[in-house]
Amino acid sequence: MSLAAITRATLAKDLRLEWHSRDAINSMLFFALLVVVVFSFSFDPNAEESRQIAGGLVWVAFLFAAVVALNQTWARELRNQVLDAFRVSPAPANSLFLAKALGNFIFVCVLEALMTPLFVVFYKLRALGPAWQLIPVAVLGTWALVVNGTFFAAMSIRTRSREIMLPLLLFPISIPAILAMVNATTAILTGELSAWFWLVLLATYDVVFTIACLLLFETVLHAE
Amino acid sequence: MKRAFPIFAVLTALLLSYALYEALVAAPTEKTMGDVQRIFYYHVPSAWTAFLLFLINFVASVVYLIRRSHSADIVAVVTAEVGVVFCTVVLVTGPLWARPVWGIWWTWDVRLTSTLVLWLIYVSYLMLRRFSTSSQTPLLAAALAVFGALDVPLVYFSIWIFRTQHPQPVIGGGGSIDPRMLHILLLNWVAFLCFAALICWSRYRLERLRREVEETQALESLLEPRSLR
Repeated sequence: MSLAAITRATLAKDLRLEWHSRDAINSMLFFALLVVVVFSFSFDPNAEESRQIAGGLVWVAFLFAAVVALNQTWARELRNQVLDAFRVSPAPANSLFLAKALGNFIFVCVLEALMTPLFVVFYKLRALGPAWQLIPVAVLGTWALVVNGTFFAAMSIRTRSREIMLPLLLFPISIPAILAMVNATTAILTGELSAWFWLVLLATYDVVFTIACLLLFETVLHAE
Repeated sequence: MKRAFPIFAVLTALLLSYALYEALVAAPTEKTMGDVQRIFYYHVPSAWTAFLLFLINFVASVVYLIRRSHSADIVAVVTAEVGVVFCTVVLVTGPLWARPVWGIWWTWDVRLTSTLVLWLIYVSYLMLRRFSTSSQTPLLAAALAVFGALDVPLVYFSIWIFRTQHPQPVIGGGGSIDPRMLHILLLNWVAFLCFAALICWSRYRLERLRREVEETQALESLLEPRSLR
């Protein structure tokens, strides 16, 4: 079987499992909702300045929620030694990685699509800049979080207290991506600056780390 | 070879004391900042040393990924640990200097922020090593080191967009420096490098011994006749 076929099969399996259990999406959604509500108490959401910080707020909520989903990525495969079975199978390791990363990408995108209207309503947001640019920001930003997150989740399952290890590894490396997402979103919402620089930075980050993950994943998968 | 370590230790101590004297007494007092500027002889050499150690850590990690050599892994652990210590010195001495000169302890300027991010990356590297339960910890750590190294230029350029408040680099930048000050700065850097090399050396021997003990213990427990029930 080719890499694409195995990727598709693994992805379909994960999506089907998620469709039946809805574990990841439900916990993410509720978590993001809590973050939105808790944030609304820490400052005045009606103030005009809230537009300035909304970009940061949205992405912090998505980042925390994404960690919830990323932590569950490999947990399912540890049960019944599925991961060991994958290791001894001749299937390319990268197909497993791509399937997991794409699966997480879809989950986080669904979360964003459901949460964004809520943010708009709660914080009375309206983009003063070109709103369509928020879509590439969301796509590139989500991939940036998810690609490294999936990779580091595969590392953190080999540690004690693995749930807490993932953000400890992911957040420092993700700082440039977070900075780019937040600044691009703020630039679009306030309409004062252009978001292009940040979009280019995000795209570079995505390319660099996608290549790094694909090159190193096989080594990490077999490190037991 | 056995004598080399104490001899090197004594030489380093002498060099450090001489550099301390030069920095605190012999160096000319800076015109506008006064004596507080003298922290520069510790801040800058610590920063260069930390960056150099992180660079060695990256090279050792790549070597480990390619060759799986144990020495490379030990070098990576040692340089990351000592690098974090020197980086901490940079992050502590910076605000001490900034408070009287800039009037603020901290500013989110490019060099400060990227040094902080670098520190965070290497602390997470050390935490991964400490919390790992895998027998392949060196491999996971080496992969993380490669990610960290790829991240550094991105961190720098992403923060670069903010206005920079840090003084221009004294070497290779637009700034000018009294030749006597430069001389003392470089002297201090040599002393700090020797000091870092000394700690790394001793830490390397310790780590090597620790692993030998672990291996011996594992072998012994295999050889011992097991009491069945």
